[in-house]
Amino acid sequence: MAAMTDHHHHHHHHHDHDHGEASDLSETELRVRALQTILVEKGYADPAALDAIVETYETKIGPHIGARIVARAWTDPAFRAALLSDAAKASAPFGHDGKVGDHLVAVENTPERHNMVVCTLCSCYPWDVLGLPPVWYKSFAYRSRAVKEPRAVLREFGVSLPEQSEIRIWDSTAEVRYMVLPMRPAGTEGWSEERLAALVTRDSMIGTGLPHEPSGDRP
Amino acid sequence: MNGIHDMGGMDGFGRVEPEESEPVFHGAWEGKVMAASRAMGAIGAWNIDQGRYGIEQLAPQRYLTSYYHRWLARCEWALVEYGYADADEIAAGRSLRPGKAAPRGRFTLANLDRIGNRGSYARPSSAPARFALGDRVRAKNINPKGHTRLPRYVRGHLGTVERLHGCQVFPDSAAAGEGDNPQWLYTVRFDGRDLWGADADPTLRVSVEAFEPYLEPA
Repeated sequence: MAAMTDHHHHHHHHHDHDHGEASDLSETELRVRALQTILVEKGYADPAALDAIVETYETKIGPHIGARIVARAWTDPAFRAALLSDAAKASAPFGHDGKVGDHLVAVENTPERHNMVVCTLCSCYPWDVLGLPPVWYKSFAYRSRAVKEPRAVLREFGVSLPEQSEIRIWDSTAEVRYMVLPMRPAGTEGWSEERLAALVTRDSMIGTGLPHEPSGDRP
Repeated sequence: MNGIHDMGGMDGFGRVEPEESEPVFHGAWEGKVMAASRAMGAIGAWNIDQGRYGIEQLAPQRYLTSYYHRWLARCEWALVEYGYADADEIAAGRSLRPGKAAPRGRFTLANLDRIGNRGSYARPSSAPARFALGDRVRAKNINPKGHTRLPRYVRGHLGTVERLHGCQVFPDSAAAGEGDNPQWLYTVRFDGRDLWGADADPTLRVSVEAFEPYLEPA
């Protein structure tokens, strides 16, 4: 189980004494309040600026940025080529404030090769285009197993790949960040970028999922 | 350091459990920890490698809590380690004496743009790259006590240079406070069977980003 990766499930066996979840959380919250108080009182940070960082990641930077990049690549061959050659440069207009950080690399899925991104040493993730990583990406199970038994990991996401497909794992051990360019689903010919972007899931850009299939009428 | 953080290839952590409709933060305190950490990074209080090394040095039982618990512990440690607060202030939960001037001043709304996207870790090179695309290289068998970004599971194994990323800040030096010491950075690809043995998935290829000092000619 994921107990060790998720504090919400960490104290289920402590019903009988006062180290239960509520007191643990309030102890954590007290430490966080202390941390923030020290930063503010010592003049390192304005409280409004700290709140604005949280708001930025809650409302402005997220996988919708990556989804638009993917949809553009699916509809514009010149953009696709530019993205695969220099993703940081090509993606910049889609980023928050019109920028994404350096060293972004896009890797393309094909019928012969499936790409998947992990960070075994910490939890490096392409924040600029996908936002903050989900808990599973930071989990010990994912970090330990993705480089060794990715097909078993993919099955836990409900993804089953052809046996002969190459599985290519990118372990983000430096400041290079990877996003996966998934394959465009069949049956989406003529779709607008906006409609296509709605098919692009966060997990499909990490390589643990595939884009949604178009619902309704298919050719 | 050969710490608990270096998890590639370990067994025993169970299934990966994706959460449906996961919120960005599971509780407001997580966002506050993230913001405090990013703000201190943005004012130059410590660099990204010093921050990672701080987490790696947590005792394993503290490491094995949750992501933001680690960030909180790291932030408390780094404030003291880099002279931005004293241990009695962390314990008291408030400032007891004036702060230290940070390299890039105070974090305000005016420099929120430092948060929204990452900076560049590219640096000019002082020597030509030792390896070329397609070269066979071996990840060195090194076990430094300090911070390194060469995971254990590739050490001693043969791989192929697949990409060249230019010269970048060398984490092993930056974490030790020894400056950028730029080094060439390569994507090195390994065959799954070379890493995990003959019965590994034959379709598996794994790459890491490897700085030139991590590599030797095959």
